[in-house]
Amino acid sequence: MYATNYHRASSIADAVTLQSSSDEAKYVSGGMTLIPTMKQRLAAPSDLVDLRHVGELKGISVNGSRVRIGAGTTHAEVATSAELKAACPAICHLASHIGDPHVRHMGTIGGSIANNDPAADYPSAMLALGATIVTNAREILADDFFTGLFETALEDGEIVVAVTFDAPAKAGYAKFPNPASRYAMTGVFVAKASDGSARVAVTGAGSDGVFRHAGLEQALSANWSADATAGVDVDASNLLSDIHGSADYRANLVKVMAKRAVAAA
Amino acid sequence: MGVEGIGARVARKEDKRFLMGQGRYTDDMSVPGMRYAAFVRSPHAHAKIKSIDTSAAEDMPGVVAVLNGKQMLDDGIGNLICGWMIHSKDGSPMKMGAWRPIAHETVRYVGDAVAVVVADTLGEARDAAEAVVVDYDVLPAVTSAVKALEAGQPQLHPEAPGNLIYDWQIGDADATDAAIAAAAHVTEMTIVNNRLAPNPMEPRAALGIYDSAEDHYTCYTTSQNPHVARLVMSAFYNVAPENKLRVIAPDVGGGFGSKIFIYPEEIVCLWASKRSGVPVKWTSDRTEAFLTDAHGRDHVSTVKMAFDANNRITALKVDTIANFGAYMSLFSSSVPTYLYATLLSGQYNIPAIHANVRAVYTNTATVDAYRGAGRPEATYLVERTVETAARELGVSPAELRRSNFIRSFPHQTPVIMNYDAGDYEASLEAAMKAADWNGFPARKAEAANRGMKRGIGMSCYIEACGIAPSAAVGSLGAGVGLWESAEVRVNAVGTIEVLTGSHSHGQGHETTFAQLVAERFGVPIDSVSIVHGDTDKVQMGMGTYGSRSGAVGMSAIVKALDKVEAKAKKIAAHLMEADESDIVIENGALKVAGTDKTVPWFQMALAAYTAHNLPAGMEPGLKEGAFYDPANFTFPAGCYIAEVEVDPETGKTKIIQFVAADDFGNIINPMIVEGQVHGGIAQGIGQAMLEGVHYDPETGQLLTASYMDYTMPRADDLPSFNVSHQNTPCPNNPLGIKGCGEAGAIGSPPALINAITDAIGNNDLSMPATPQKVWAAARAAAN
Repeated sequence: MYATNYHRASSIADAVTLQSSSDEAKYVSGGMTLIPTMKQRLAAPSDLVDLRHVGELKGISVNGSRVRIGAGTTHAEVATSAELKAACPAICHLASHIGDPHVRHMGTIGGSIANNDPAADYPSAMLALGATIVTNAREILADDFFTGLFETALEDGEIVVAVTFDAPAKAGYAKFPNPASRYAMTGVFVAKASDGSARVAVTGAGSDGVFRHAGLEQALSANWSADATAGVDVDASNLLSDIHGSADYRANLVKVMAKRAVAAA
Repeated sequence: MGVEGIGARVARKEDKRFLMGQGRYTDDMSVPGMRYAAFVRSPHAHAKIKSIDTSAAEDMPGVVAVLNGKQMLDDGIGNLICGWMIHSKDGSPMKMGAWRPIAHETVRYVGDAVAVVVADTLGEARDAAEAVVVDYDVLPAVTSAVKALEAGQPQLHPEAPGNLIYDWQIGDADATDAAIAAAAHVTEMTIVNNRLAPNPMEPRAALGIYDSAEDHYTCYTTSQNPHVARLVMSAFYNVAPENKLRVIAPDVGGGFGSKIFIYPEEIVCLWASKRSGVPVKWTSDRTEAFLTDAHGRDHVSTVKMAFDANNRITALKVDTIANFGAYMSLFSSSVPTYLYATLLSGQYNIPAIHANVRAVYTNTATVDAYRGAGRPEATYLVERTVETAARELGVSPAELRRSNFIRSFPHQTPVIMNYDAGDYEASLEAAMKAADWNGFPARKAEAANRGMKRGIGMSCYIEACGIAPSAAVGSLGAGVGLWESAEVRVNAVGTIEVLTGSHSHGQGHETTFAQLVAERFGVPIDSVSIVHGDTDKVQMGMGTYGSRSGAVGMSAIVKALDKVEAKAKKIAAHLMEADESDIVIENGALKVAGTDKTVPWFQMALAAYTAHNLPAGMEPGLKEGAFYDPANFTFPAGCYIAEVEVDPETGKTKIIQFVAADDFGNIINPMIVEGQVHGGIAQGIGQAMLEGVHYDPETGQLLTASYMDYTMPRADDLPSFNVSHQNTPCPNNPLGIKGCGEAGAIGSPPALINAITDAIGNNDLSMPATPQKVWAAARAAAN
């Protein structure tokens, strides 16, 4: 790791000030990607602004059907939240299968979506739930937030404060982990809104990151059942191909995981 | 058997310090003035070095020295060598290219060292290493051994035209061809044995300390055989003469073969210490380990197995291409020859065998012995082929094996080995019973009802341990003898130190070797200490690999114990005025049989050292040494059965049960033996289903350079193992031991692949059988 300057932010405003004081400063939330990357000398921020002690980023609340999860909430807190289990158990299930116990007690939902690793779990949930990403400057629809591999709509210095979404009528998540890294080789989050419309988002498989699948959404909007996925065609041409899985294999996994996500919903 | 003697499940003495974090590994060692080394490594798989500019690096904070390969050459440091001579079938010696510890003209794989920085801190060393500017002329690279043999491919070493190191053969080609021509059935296959990265928990490390006052070097290093390291560094690498070089291998966190070999880094640390005037420590990080540790396996073979009308095997013909990587590692040449082709008879009576092996340079890390070393490759080839033949012939795989088993011993195979003892039927029956083989069809049907494909597969392996006798391996080209040494020191108060040339890096020698002494003298094992891993303490030894510590290392201890016992009885007989032949040793005392006369062990020891009352002419003291050179290899064998369930939708394979029925000869500590089997099977499951080193075929970049892409077995990849033993004692060593360290890794891969191919109904499946490969093969079978 290269030398870096550590700053502990006490508030969002404090964090923004600290971050803006250097061209090469980075926020660190859970640090589950950034710190290993720095240890491998692949990232060299001059300053690290630690968001872990910012109270404004904490907490889970459910008001009626509206769910709000603070950006600084750890995966373990999401996985075990009684309120969330009542409103949207699928996201608890998703969080309970991220990484290992150490990661789940350090990593945060805000860090995960701001990083937008193409194999991370949360981006698929945000897309499928039609979530809104609340930042210190504005609100961004998930459909507009995830813009490519490790790319988001966040401006320099912008901080994710929370995510909000309406509790779905039904939702499910199924993941096939990469055998080596245990990240999602393909993960599919399915959500049925109260009006019956379905949204389906896929992580781990797309060559341009997380994406919604129109064919699966149509099929499930018409008939919310595991069998409804059977006739859907998944085009392999925009999917990742690597030593762990060909695009064809991932196309198959998209269908199989979608089916299993619906079955679990 | 006492509670601490042979056969007792004694808890490992060494575990207390390991489990409490108190082990002392090379990286834990610190000496005054010590600095840190970081290597500048080639980012290219093949390139000429045009220039190396170290000026910026030398000006960086904390930098003590930036050293290069030309300086090393000028200081007379020799090439790294391969210590086992193999001759091609035309009689020519193997063609060994030059391997410099630090390259100064050509780099031949990604990770080849080109310079080393010594600095006050590791961070400063790494910063300065990044500031070294190397100008490369990048050359085309080749990573596949099969491709490297083709015309027009990049040439790695001028000494080895066509990248061919040797073209070797064993067996009778004419008889084999004739038998194949006359066969009622011939099974033909192409078999790939996947390349593996060894991944010991502790990465390699070295601390070089040069003492100018004494002109003496000390090297702490992660070695399985510190004496061989000293010998090679003295005799071939010209680091220092043996009497001026002390090598210490302290606690070592796993080796699996990869720490047998002498690597550039320990040589560099010693040389750099003298050159820069400070002790120099280097510890590999995990990616460096993936890049530079000697890999294992990487064979591509074609095989023909011939059968007569009664399904008896009449011949086996094998052609193997072995990838050696960019340089010939220390024992690389022996692995695909005498450790592989000599085991191709398996457990079967095969009248004619012929194997041809070509060893090939490629732009990849070196390849050498890795847990099993040649024997897993032989077992996988034979057991996949026998299983396939059974399917082709429409007979039960168990029955086909059974009808071809060797049943009388000793048995001379057509490929050198003389099997001394075994009962293959016993292990087969035990494994089939433990696996409820006959109940499989019902379980398969039940799984099918759930949409799952269930399969069962077996493997009947044989291996050879305790590579020896020395004269025989010498005649086959080995540059060293493969005996072992021991010294037993009885202290004046009766406690005992056993000095051994074996080296423990996970095997539990501190416990099992002490059990041997406890059994012999009836003393508590806590009064016995095992000393190993230091060339200043133990005079000479050959180290631990090839499952040799029990069969060879303990046999040497037995010889020394024999001498100690003889002298102890003489002393006791003198003290009790009895006849030496009437003395028996029981429960820590020497007694005159049939009387109540007794001398406690400690009192006899004290008498040996006070020397007030010894038999006339006897030297004082009680310390005896022995060297043991085995009469033959030992031949552990067994039968493994795997039962799996494949999810056809995803290709995910779950191991339902894994049964191991082994014949290891006599066992000192069953718990430790079972642990060795568990670990071996875990590595075999890794090879069969998870692990595989991938290089980019065009650029030679290592694609699996971290655990993000290299799939190490994890707890949830493994089932609980069902392990049992059907032991026939080895007739060729005093303890009847065969060895158990590698069997699990040798026997398990074919059982697993036989089971998975049985489940999916497609025999065309290569290791590692990852979900995507299994899915594709299952789909191909269904369509």
